[in-house]
Amino acid sequence: MRREIRICGFGGQGIILAGVILGEAATKAGFQAVQTQSYGPESRGGAARSEVVISDGPIDYPRVTKADVVVALSQPAYDRFAGDIVSGGAVIVDESGVTAEGAEVQPFTATAQEVGHKIVTNIVMVGYLGARLDLIDPAILEETVLRNVPPGTEELNRKALKAGQELFAAQVS
Amino acid sequence: MFNQAREIRNKYIREEMWPSIFCTGCGIGNVLNYALRAIDEIGLDIDKVTFCSGIGCSSRLPGYIEADGLHTTHGRALAFATGVKLAAPDLSVVVFTGDGDMAGIGGNHFIHAARRNADITVICINNYTYGMTGGQCSPTTPGESKTTTTPYGNLEEPFDLCRLAIGAGAPFVARWTVGYPYETVNAIKAAMETKGFAFVELLVPCPTGYGKENRLKDARASWEWYKQNTITAADLRALSPEERAKNEKIVVGTIWHQDRPELTARYAEAVKTIS
Amino acid sequence: MNIIEAIGGRELFTQGDVACAYGALLGGCTFFAGYPITPATEVAEAMSRLLPKIRGVTVQMEDEIASISAVIGASWAGRRAMTATSGPGFSLMMEGIGYACMTETPCVIVNVQRSGPSTGQPTEPAQGDMMQARWGSHGDNELIVLAPNSVQECVDLTRLAFELADRFRNPVFVMTDGEVGHMREKIVLPAAEEIDIRPRPAPSTPPGEFVPFKAVKGKVPEMASFGTGYHTYVTGLTHKESGLPTTDNAEEHTGLIRRICEKITDATDELTRVEMDQDDGATVGIVSYGISSRSAAGAVRLLRAEGMKVSHLRLVTVYPFPERVIRDFAAPLSRVLVPELNLGQICHTVREALDGAAAVEKVSKIGGEIITPDEIVEAVLSSGEPVKV
Repeated sequence: MRREIRICGFGGQGIILAGVILGEAATKAGFQAVQTQSYGPESRGGAARSEVVISDGPIDYPRVTKADVVVALSQPAYDRFAGDIVSGGAVIVDESGVTAEGAEVQPFTATAQEVGHKIVTNIVMVGYLGARLDLIDPAILEETVLRNVPPGTEELNRKALKAGQELFAAQVS
Repeated sequence: MFNQAREIRNKYIREEMWPSIFCTGCGIGNVLNYALRAIDEIGLDIDKVTFCSGIGCSSRLPGYIEADGLHTTHGRALAFATGVKLAAPDLSVVVFTGDGDMAGIGGNHFIHAARRNADITVICINNYTYGMTGGQCSPTTPGESKTTTTPYGNLEEPFDLCRLAIGAGAPFVARWTVGYPYETVNAIKAAMETKGFAFVELLVPCPTGYGKENRLKDARASWEWYKQNTITAADLRALSPEERAKNEKIVVGTIWHQDRPELTARYAEAVKTIS
Repeated sequence: MNIIEAIGGRELFTQGDVACAYGALLGGCTFFAGYPITPATEVAEAMSRLLPKIRGVTVQMEDEIASISAVIGASWAGRRAMTATSGPGFSLMMEGIGYACMTETPCVIVNVQRSGPSTGQPTEPAQGDMMQARWGSHGDNELIVLAPNSVQECVDLTRLAFELADRFRNPVFVMTDGEVGHMREKIVLPAAEEIDIRPRPAPSTPPGEFVPFKAVKGKVPEMASFGTGYHTYVTGLTHKESGLPTTDNAEEHTGLIRRICEKITDATDELTRVEMDQDDGATVGIVSYGISSRSAAGAVRLLRAEGMKVSHLRLVTVYPFPERVIRDFAAPLSRVLVPELNLGQICHTVREALDGAAAVEKVSKIGGEIITPDEIVEAVLSSGEPVKV
């Protein structure tokens, strides 16, 4: 088993952190995982990309070759990084700000705003992806989110994660 | 001072390195004598002193001392010394450097070492030239001077090293010339006793390198020049304001002394709460 | 507090750069001097956070020349010391590295390689400093160069680097790259009670009898740290065994330089660490190192899945160059491919080692993306040589 996930968006949208959380949670769940990233020299703006490879065995090449899932939170990131998908793979874009023909559209930003703040869009997306991948125990994922977010924001992030999970549940039910 | 010089020599000199490489009329050997006297008078344990230097005539001094010595690369003595001092705050660190070494290639390390204010004593032997390479223009070579790389006269203005040290934050700054032995020894002692980055600039003649092109080739004339062209800070203060304004002589004496927190002590204090 | 408490746990999901800092602590490092540079800054940040917790010392110097200088000073003052940088800073450090070789100063330099020349692509990985690592400083010298390809190896090889630096009294380089440096993987650290850090041993003879640059056993002299009463004089000039300069004696110069080089080259077998994955009957092989070895392993997996035979040798120690191992590896091969994130560096060294015994082909890539397994597969298949059995 080797799953390849690519998350991309503007720098500052928490793209890297989302990948880190998925990767770390996967290792806590007993898998091997590598998280890699690409970004420009600037801290904010630009197109950021975070990739996670999860496997039940050793991972040699650490990057995504053909993604099982791509999530794009910004148009430039979608335009640049949404290619190379396995057949049957999914391209998911955020409803706000990305236009992409044939892609699945999810209201990550809107959901984040509903739970309290657009800043947790990345955690809504992590909740959604976690549920969709169905590899990581939700309790492990939650614990990993809480370990990686700033103190004082735990409740907001917990809600965001749950909202993301529910977004997927509502879709399949 | 001759008998004392012999005593000092017997006590601290690495005999295998003798005689020194210094030319007739050069003042660097005198600086060695003064520095060792200062160490002796303070009573520093020589086992706990590290002498650092870069490249050039002045930087050869640590080699003559029977003690730990780090003779490093061009201009870097202060960076190496910073490593030694931070790694082993119980060691006294003395840097011998020169105008080319410290203010030229090592200028950046100099200002940052002064800013950082680790407890390091810097003895900068300023002879207005790159002596070891044969008398080239240095950052302190006076304007109009002829050197092998300014054969038509130096068109640049020299650094005032003491002002540079003060500007960069050194808590103790003094300048003397080798013609003032007791004052120099006392200045070095004061520098060593300063808890922080202490800077002593010593103007010394280089009859062979700087002197040959600037009518100071004769050793005696060369030493005399330093007497004639310097004024002590005390004498300067005694002048009338009008006379003082007209003064063109180089001021010698303690130029600046204002203690400020020393880095290794601050670090040790911070670590207590972090570790 | 102890090292594991300072780090905050034994099992972590972290970056290669941070892992280098952990490895340094495990190797006994208590001094770090550095200057911020992408993509190595996280090493300095981690050391700045960790060292004060274990009563170590960290300082941000004014540039990379000052950083390596401070590291060498700290090493003589008795601490295990490290700096970390990337290409532009590595270039500046060459002066200090030569001094460290000449003065036999143990120190560790992490180079998180980025794309050059000059300031190039700061955030992009490369392997373009490999020749500089070996030949960058002037004059004859030898370096020990390790190339991790995973976050765990950033821990393990940085830790090892300190052991080797002390044992051989030489600079040791940990050559990672922007990919390994920023990649996150799970690492496992030893339990606190398994960590056994000993201070640098004092010379076996007392001051007065001790000769600081005379090797009594083998070719590596014992080392007397400053402040211990040995009155060691250290100079970058050619020096006698006493440490004092001797700059016009051919015999003394030759003896010194041959010894400081041979202490490394004589130990090549002992220093060599490789991963050998040989396929019986293969006529094509790959020699790789660092991040490209993971691309190569991926290519081997794909090729074998197609029923092809291919061998793979990964160099963990790149220098001293393991010539004998490479010759043995290549003995049954007619082609050897060397994938690198540069326009061809270690491929030349492999070619020289094989001296015509097999054709050596470079698989080069620059620009910021690491080599994909497919690109290596394509290179393997591109030749007329039949590799499919």
